[in-house]
Amino acid sequence: MPTPTIQSPAVEEHPDVALVARAREGDTAAFEQLVRQYDRQIFRVAQHITQNREDAEDIVQDVFLKAYEKLDQFQGNSKFSTWLVRIAVNESLMRLRKRKTSRTVSMDEDVQTEEGAIPRDFADWSPNPEQIYGQSELGDILRKTIQGLPPGFRTVFTLRDIENLSTEETAEALGLSVPAVKSRLLRARLQLRERLSRYLKQPEGVKP
Amino acid sequence: MTCTEFLAKMTDYFDGTIAKELEAEVRQHMCECSHCEVVVNTTRQTIKIYRDTDVYELSTDTRERLIANIMSKCRGKGCA
Repeated sequence: MPTPTIQSPAVEEHPDVALVARAREGDTAAFEQLVRQYDRQIFRVAQHITQNREDAEDIVQDVFLKAYEKLDQFQGNSKFSTWLVRIAVNESLMRLRKRKTSRTVSMDEDVQTEEGAIPRDFADWSPNPEQIYGQSELGDILRKTIQGLPPGFRTVFTLRDIENLSTEETAEALGLSVPAVKSRLLRARLQLRERLSRYLKQPEGVKP
Repeated sequence: MTCTEFLAKMTDYFDGTIAKELEAEVRQHMCECSHCEVVVNTTRQTIKIYRDTDVYELSTDTRERLIANIMSKCRGKGCA
């Protein structure tokens, strides 16, 4: 009786790998496809860190130009998007430093703050904040709230919770340890929750 | 489990990386402590609201301008 052959499942290659390979060969259309896939993400990351629209637009251009020049250095050990995000984080922090010449800006700045470490507001929220505020007013509240977080916290929150990178990818992109990412993420989430609570909590006596 | 211990486990609980025995303790604490239950629910809402709302949009015009700039510079340079 013939022994059934056990086929190991083929490891699926991420479609970006082929696009990167084509771009390396000089196929600019392949590179444009990569740009169109990730430009919005890079813009969001840059805008969240720098809090400056002009800087964020410049960073989008700088990140993709840098990536194009250094495509050969992309090892493929991480996702192409994580590699781009890492470049975007570095560029964004550099811009922040330039704008705040008298202060050092780093991933460590202000992360020692105790604000929000211990929750103080225990009111439940309205289930549908979109019904209390219009889309644009809600956008203003969310921008204002995240703007107030120290850069080290809002960067971790942006990568992990908004851009959905894994804890390990976030750690890799920021050059932090996994426990450091987890600790900052907790503090960022709690601080945002505490600040948003002012706007989104239910009036007293109202139960969902 | 105290509230402080609960908070320390919250990230792993959210991310689904918490050990089974600890998860049971976390759930038990939430049943017993209404404050921590609210903290978990509203933190979950915080994440959801930021994920669902495009806080920083890139308009089509700006986007096309940026892509055109990038691509024209790339074509001029050639890949290293």
